[in-house]
Parts: sequence; C-alpha cells; structure tokens
Amino acid sequence: MLRFILSRLGLLIPTFLGVTVIAFSFIRLVPGDPIELLIGERGIDPERHAYLLHEMGLDLPWYVQYFDFLGDVLQGDLGRSIVTKQPVFLEFLELFPATLELSIFALTFAVLIGLPIGILAGVKRGTVFDHASMTLSLTGFSMPIFWWALLLIIFFSGVLKWTPVSGRIDVLFYVEPVTGLMLIDTLLSDEEGAFRSALSHLILPTVALGTIPMAVIARQTRSAMLEVLNEDYVRTARAKGLPPGRVIGLHALRNALIPVVTVIGLQIGVLLAGAILTETIFAWPGIGKWLVDSISRRDYPSVQGGLLLIALLVMTVNLIVDLLYGLINPRIRHAR
Amino acid sequence: MTSIAEPLRNSQAPPGPLREFWHYFRENKGAVAGLAVVLLLIFLAAFADVVAPHSPFEQYRDAFLQPPVWQEGGSFEFVLGTDATGRDMLSRIIHGSRLSLLIGCIAVTLSLSVGISLGLLAAFFRTAADALIMRLMDVILAVPSLLLALVIVAILGPGLVNAMIAVAVVYVPHYVRLARASAMTELSKDYVTASRVSGAGLFRLMLITVLPNCMPPLIVQATLGFSSAVLDAAALGFLGVGAQPPTPEWGAMLADAREFILRAWWVVTFPGLAILITVLAFNLMGDGLRDALDPKLKRS
Repeated sequence: MLRFILSRLGLLIPTFLGVTVIAFSFIRLVPGDPIELLIGERGIDPERHAYLLHEMGLDLPWYVQYFDFLGDVLQGDLGRSIVTKQPVFLEFLELFPATLELSIFALTFAVLIGLPIGILAGVKRGTVFDHASMTLSLTGFSMPIFWWALLLIIFFSGVLKWTPVSGRIDVLFYVEPVTGLMLIDTLLSDEEGAFRSALSHLILPTVALGTIPMAVIARQTRSAMLEVLNEDYVRTARAKGLPPGRVIGLHALRNALIPVVTVIGLQIGVLLAGAILTETIFAWPGIGKWLVDSISRRDYPSVQGGLLLIALLVMTVNLIVDLLYGLINPRIRHAR
Repeated sequence: MTSIAEPLRNSQAPPGPLREFWHYFRENKGAVAGLAVVLLLIFLAAFADVVAPHSPFEQYRDAFLQPPVWQEGGSFEFVLGTDATGRDMLSRIIHGSRLSLLIGCIAVTLSLSVGISLGLLAAFFRTAADALIMRLMDVILAVPSLLLALVIVAILGPGLVNAMIAVAVVYVPHYVRLARASAMTELSKDYVTASRVSGAGLFRLMLITVLPNCMPPLIVQATLGFSSAVLDAAALGFLGVGAQPPTPEWGAMLADAREFILRAWWVVTFPGLAILITVLAFNLMGDGLRDALDPKLKRS
C-alpha cells in the first residue's frame, strides 16, 4: 500500500510542474497586459507604461519571471492580485467556501438521487422504471447546464416565485463571515430568517450544478449493479435463501459501489468546471466567477494562482479517490 | 449419372461486418431514434437556406419579441416567435444547426487525429516519449475543461474558430489515453508480432496493422465527444467568447436572450432545447454504437 501511495505521489510532481508552466505561460500569451486593462481607454504614455511594467517585474526575461514564480509557489507565496492588491491565496480562501458549499450541496443532491435511482433501475432491469429513469438520466447528462439554470429561474423564480433569482443571501441580512459557509454562518449569527434565506438561495444552483453528476452516478450505478448481479456470489447468496433485500444491500451493492466511488470522485472536476457557468448565471461569489473575471482583467497572479490551486485540488481529489479505491477494493491493494 | 453436388443454399455466408453492426445497432431503439435526429439535423444544416422561412439576420421592425404561434399575439409568419431585435427564432435555430454540426465535426476531427497520433506514439515508444506525452495529458486533465478552454480562447481571441480549437485541445487527452491503451493491448497480440516478423515497417504496423483494431472504442468516444464539443462550444458562446453576435449560434443566442428570461420565455427556451436535442441524439447514438461495436459489453 505504501509503495502504491508513494508511486502515485511521485506522478503528481511532474504534473504539478506542468501545471505551473501552463498557468504561467498561458495567461502571458493572452494579448494585452494588466496595465493596459487597468488604464482602460484613457491611454498611458509609453514611459510610464514601461515603468509600471518594471515595477511589477513584468519586463524581466520570461525564464527569470517563471523561476521567480516557481520559487515563490514552492514557498507557498502566490503573489498579490494586480487589481485588488490582495494576496491571491487569501482571495482564493475568501471565495472558495462559496464554491465549496455549492459543490457539497450539488454532490449530495447528485448522490442522494442518482444512487437510489441507479440501484433500482439495475435491480428492476427492463421495467418501465428502468427505461424511464435511464432516459431521464441520459437527458440530464446531455443538459446544457447554463440553459437548465435559466429554465429553473424562469419556472421557480419567475412563474412560481418560490426562490430568489441570484446571489447567496438576501441583501437585508448582514452575516459575519466565520467559516465562509453561508449556512453555518447564518446559524451562528442571530439574524432571524437569514438561514432560510441562504438555504433558498442555494436550491436552484444546487439543482443546476448537480444534474449532470446525478445522471452520471445513476447510469454508472445501474451498470455496476447489473454486472454484480450476474456474479456467482450473488447467485450463491440467493440460493442460500437470503432475503432479496439482504442480497442486494449486502452482497451486490457493496461490490457495485467500488466503481461508483471512482465516478463520484471524478465528478469534482466536472463540478468545478460547471461552477464557472453556474456561478456566472446565479451571481454566486465563488472561485469560478472570480477566475473568469481575472482572465478578462489579465490579472496574472490571480489567474496563475487560481489555476494552480484548482489543479492541485483536482489532483488531490483524484489521488484520494485512487487510494480509496485501493482501500475498498482489496483486489487492487494486494495486486503485485 | 452423377452430378456434382450443388453447394448447400442454406449455408449462408456470414453477415458482413456492416450488416452485423446494423443488426446490433437496430436493437437499441434509442440509438435508432438518435440516428434519425442526427440525420434530420444534417438535412436541416445542408438545406438551411431553403428550409428556413426567413433570413437569420433580417430584423422585422414591427415584430420585436413576438411570441410563438400558439400563444396570443403569435402568427404563422414567425412560428417560434421573434427575438428582441425582431429576428425569426425558427430560422436562426435552423441556421444554428449548421454551426453546431460544424463545431462538432471540426473539434472531434482535430482532437481525434491529434489524440490518435500521440496515443500511438506513446504506445509504440514506451520510453521517454510515452512518459512525456502522458504527463502532458495529466496536466491538461488536471485543469477543469471549461476553464482551460476559456483561457485558450482568451489567448487566441474570441470567435467561433478559436472556440473550436479550444474545445479540441481540451478533449485530446481522452483520445490519447484510449488510443494508447487499446494500441498497447493490440501490440501484445500474435498477429502484430507476425506482421513485425514478416518485415512490416513502423508506419505499416501503426496505421495498417494496429490502428484499425483500435478504432471501435475511438469511434464510440468520438460520437460521445461530438456531443461534449457541441455542449462546450455552446457554453463558450454563452459566456461571450465563442461565436460572436449576430451569428446564430445557439449558445450565443442564449447569452443574448438572458435579459429577457422573465419577459419572453421563448427566446431562452428554444435555442437551449435545440442544444439539448442535438447533444441527446449524439449521446443516444454513442450508446448504441458502444453496444454494437464493443464485444465486451455486448448483450449486457
């Protein structure tokens, strides 16, 4: 097991270095520089432009800039945003809880609905339920989530007026950020109705962001169930006269869950990509929206740092999924 | 009098590969429905000029935001209504099918060809090239696809062609991994050794011996990748960095329509529905292809 962990960790190092190169170079390849965008239409005389570039160290040769950046990164310093002058890491930490909260809700929604649907569809293979739920999940899987989000707004906010259109909480409330997770913060504060408001703001983004993972989980669970239900040990369990609930719950499901855990883990990347769209539509102050804004402002340090942190997050989650896979599946752990 | 026995008529020749494929494909009703929709889309795209009732760009000054025909105030002139500048929704959607199919084709062709080349290289030279290519793919996979596509479009400048390139780059790793994995499986088989022993050169081995046997999973992935490409290109259009107005691209149309979502549901609903139907059709077809082409999953 230790060797397995070490070899997986060893693979992360070149990938991480690769991400630093991409993060560093891509944003510099974007036409225009941060100063031009800060100044805007007014224009700036070339001397001052050169001076400001020099001030930010952007006039140095690219390799000097890169190794400066890499050295700083290895010391945990991601630099300061050119626009807000705040340390990038702090900005990320400030906005990340919003994305985290939304992602946790979306993933929970996806698992809570997708898993039972997949299990039932697998067990009741070929029935109307199976066909209906699989047609629905393929539709969910094909859903352009930016459109889905707009439809949800039209129906639930426009027609039924049940939920707010955008934001994290009603402007009436001021909640002191403690954890950054709005639901917990509103519970800690004594503002009445703040929790309800925060919760109602979460519903539509959760559904919008959770739909594709839900569909993927439902489909994967079904096919894993089908595979497992054909196995000899399930037949043995049935032949022993165990009640069907026990056969499915204990013998089949536990084994079917192994590939499903992997798929759930892989959804983290999907969620982070989806967060860009969902956050833009619902004006959700998370890292997706922040990164899109930073790209358009040519805020080099923010884009570099943000890309790096997100990639690190995805890589860490993938590693955990791999290890978890080894833990729950002894056949992998003991292989070789 | 002995005559030469006639060969038995009922010992039919085995069905050709295409027939066999169709036999399996036909059993999956969803896949056939998907295929029908795809054929319809191709027809609409090819004859958009003839089929569409109006020009996608013409603005009818006396028909801003006119609702669809079945709603009060609608007319048969604009069956699906008009948008905020009085353009016919139906015509714009029909013309949009052209762009979506084009995006899908070009993006998939690009990423498929790059992916196959890199994947075969990695599988044939299992040394530094392999490690380098696979680590590079890991790097691409570590960044969420839409985010990477956004950065690439920012570098190349907004526009339809650049959006296609960005989408293609983002999906390359999937093809590389798939091509490499199946090429490696094939490489260990006897027929490849036989071909190598009888003196086949590197390119012959790669392209004529091994590649055709790696195609089934790649074809399935390409079909499914087509739908992802359409989806992502529409997302880029929606974020304002893909196709630029007044191009009737579905994602860009949705972006235009955002401010009217609570006033005119049709300008939002129909372009998105078009994206959903297209993507769904390709996904259905991909599922059917997988069932028909992948012997391991056959009849599961």
